[in-house]
Amino acid sequence: MLSKLWVGFFAASLLCGAFTGRLDAVSTAATQGAAAAVELILSITGLMCLWSGVMEIISASGLAAKMESCLRPLLQKLFGVAAHDRQAMQLVSANVTANLLGLSNAGTPIGLRAASRLYDTAGRRGAPNVVLTLIILNTTSIQLIPSTVAAIRASCGATQPFDIMPAVWCASACSVTIVLLLAHALRTAFPDDGK
Amino acid sequence: MTSILIPALLTCVGLYALYSGIEVFPTFLAGAKKGLETAVSILPTLVGLLTAVYMMRSSGFIDLAGRALSPILSVLGIPVECATLALLKPISGGGGLALGSEIIRTCGADSYAGRVAAVMLGASETSLYTISLYCGHLGIKNTRYAIPAALAGDLCAFAASAFFVRLFF
Repeated sequence: MLSKLWVGFFAASLLCGAFTGRLDAVSTAATQGAAAAVELILSITGLMCLWSGVMEIISASGLAAKMESCLRPLLQKLFGVAAHDRQAMQLVSANVTANLLGLSNAGTPIGLRAASRLYDTAGRRGAPNVVLTLIILNTTSIQLIPSTVAAIRASCGATQPFDIMPAVWCASACSVTIVLLLAHALRTAFPDDGK
Repeated sequence: MTSILIPALLTCVGLYALYSGIEVFPTFLAGAKKGLETAVSILPTLVGLLTAVYMMRSSGFIDLAGRALSPILSVLGIPVECATLALLKPISGGGGLALGSEIIRTCGADSYAGRVAAVMLGASETSLYTISLYCGHLGIKNTRYAIPAALAGDLCAFAASAFFVRLFF
């Protein structure tokens, strides 16, 4: 998918550049883009290291485990009967906690294990609602501290790089609500053919 | 209001970690090293995608696509500059990040479009990639309502980003 899109980008700029007569600029842009990527990384690496270090402290000090136990009642609402499966719910809450902390590198492998466990208990057939609930929850952003975006804003001269946080929280909450409600409403319209 | 958040958070996490008895600074260093590894690992993606994005922009394609889409997206309050970001973000996280940071840089971090782009990046995930990753891992072929629900959620996140930026700033 991404490969086709990437080649499509090149094809689009070749055709469009030829059409608008800006092929000179397109060819210069190729070298500028590569250099800009390195500049961008250099300017955001510091904040990425800082927050990654803070997250490490949060999980090593036991704060992450506390957050997990706070999440458990909420997860029981979302996953219904499957919430009785303690092992699955521990993995799910670890996945949600990692996502809340913005540790997507840690969250994804745990999320995959959680999905696999839920799929096993559901009989490993079709596409059960509990598994899809976990997947679509992972397609939304529930990050508490958008540190990468703040790092980019800081490198571009924002006066308060983190002042977007309330807006990010509200927008995320809207999208999580819509996704979960819509998924629930669409259950019967998209029946599980594996059952 | 938000300016107290980060210093207070750092202090509280630090105090709690001291109280819990872990080696605070070495733990920080171990985590910071992971952050550096992440930065290094996303560099190739950024090089690949920023090159493509720069070429598309200089060819005039992004302007054309944005102009074609902006009537639909402006109904939702999404600025013209962010139209292409709304298309790219569900497909590619690194590409969304690259394009978003370009918008923030060219429009200005404290401008309306720059703020909306930042909130859009923070409030959405790479939906299509996530669904294909999970369903590929489990061997699920019929993903049922996952893709329509996730894409509606992204659209909602983008429209809400524009709405809350207007509300708060």
